[in-house]
Amino acid sequence: MHEMSLAEGVIGVVEDTLAAQPPAPGEAVRTVRLEIGRLAAVELQALRFAFEVVRRGTVAEAAALEVIEVPGTAWCMRCCGSVPLAQRGDPCPTCGSHQLQVTAGDELRVKDIEMAAAATS
Amino acid sequence: MCTICGCGEGETKIEGARLHRHADGTVHAHAGEDGHEHAAGSHGHDHAHGHAHDHAHAHEHGPGCAHGQAHADLHYGRGPAHAHAPGISQERMVAIERNILAKNDAYARGNRRRFAQRGIFALNLVSSPGSGKTTLLVETIRRLAGELPLAVIEGDQQTSHDAERIRATGTAAVQINTGKGCHLDASQIEHALTHLDPAADSLLFIENVGNLVCPSAFDLGEAHKVVVLSVTEGEDKPLKYPDMFAAASLMVLNKIDLLPHLDFDVQQAIDAARRVNPAITVLQVSASRGIGMEAWLDWLRAGAGAAAAQRAELAAQEGRRRAQLEEHIASLR
Repeated sequence: MHEMSLAEGVIGVVEDTLAAQPPAPGEAVRTVRLEIGRLAAVELQALRFAFEVVRRGTVAEAAALEVIEVPGTAWCMRCCGSVPLAQRGDPCPTCGSHQLQVTAGDELRVKDIEMAAAATS
Repeated sequence: MCTICGCGEGETKIEGARLHRHADGTVHAHAGEDGHEHAAGSHGHDHAHGHAHDHAHAHEHGPGCAHGQAHADLHYGRGPAHAHAPGISQERMVAIERNILAKNDAYARGNRRRFAQRGIFALNLVSSPGSGKTTLLVETIRRLAGELPLAVIEGDQQTSHDAERIRATGTAAVQINTGKGCHLDASQIEHALTHLDPAADSLLFIENVGNLVCPSAFDLGEAHKVVVLSVTEGEDKPLKYPDMFAAASLMVLNKIDLLPHLDFDVQQAIDAARRVNPAITVLQVSASRGIGMEAWLDWLRAGAGAAAAQRAELAAQEGRRRAQLEEHIASLR
């Protein structure tokens, strides 16, 4: 949901980072890497499309977007173990219980950016 | 475009005054029809600062070093594959590790800190439109007024109808109109709090925009999200909108007075909610008929009591620290 504003959020985080650590002369953002959990409330295709639009005229104008998908993981209270979770509401794949606590997979994070000399990109 | 919710800049209104948000985060309202002018607000919040590690690798050449081909044996991250100008750093990764919603989270943290300092028990009421949130609030206020200080922040796209209903009970309310926005965000709450200024140890209700999707992702700084589901909606709502029910601590099943006229299976609805959130508490009420309200009021009293106790403890700690410092200063004289 809100892929356009999420894309703007990404640009905002990148801009904040580069305001604190300005790029060297001739340097530009080549890649922006995100960690998006499979359980996160975001539609990846829409996010990619939105990013293409909002990056124009910003420090990330020519940047490619790389998304690292983080699989859903939950702690099963019955098995007392970590299990993979494809979506909320699914049962534990091992024992079928719904007593699950999501431990990973709802991330919406800017992981890092790759800076490179603009002329060589 | 608003960086938080995607609505147009300047469309958000608080009590009729346009909210103008600057790039540096400063928020102030322009004069509304009532002639209110608000100076650029002071904000008691921090902005999150992610770690950014500089991994710059300077690539310098001595004089006479000629090259026009790939450096196959030098790898900086992915490594350049073609010629470059000497002296300019090659690729470098700048670690960020920051949430995309970091700006909202920073405002939310500020709100949460302010609530803790004032002993305010803040609740974020969420549901689809028409589940009975406002009626639940009105009936709650009627029963708690005089016992606890109360305050309400209302959120809707347009109109002040809900805030007016609350004010009619004698309780202070601020209306946020989001314009095209579909959820409340933490910066709007921060601004509303400057208008409302709830008393210490208050119970603050934030009635979010009627929407079972978007508000789930936006922390307002509340102690709990309370999801209101009415029996006219369908038992599988929690499965259809799992993010919201997973984010809520309490589900209030409302309009139970209508059960004799419906085929609604209460246990099925509770089971569905527990599937997406095993820890969720469920209360069944009819706000309009006053059924089940005492358990809801007890839940509220417990939360408000805990927040007030926490504030008292913080104040006591501060008092002890102050006494220590005064003693130390006296001993230095």
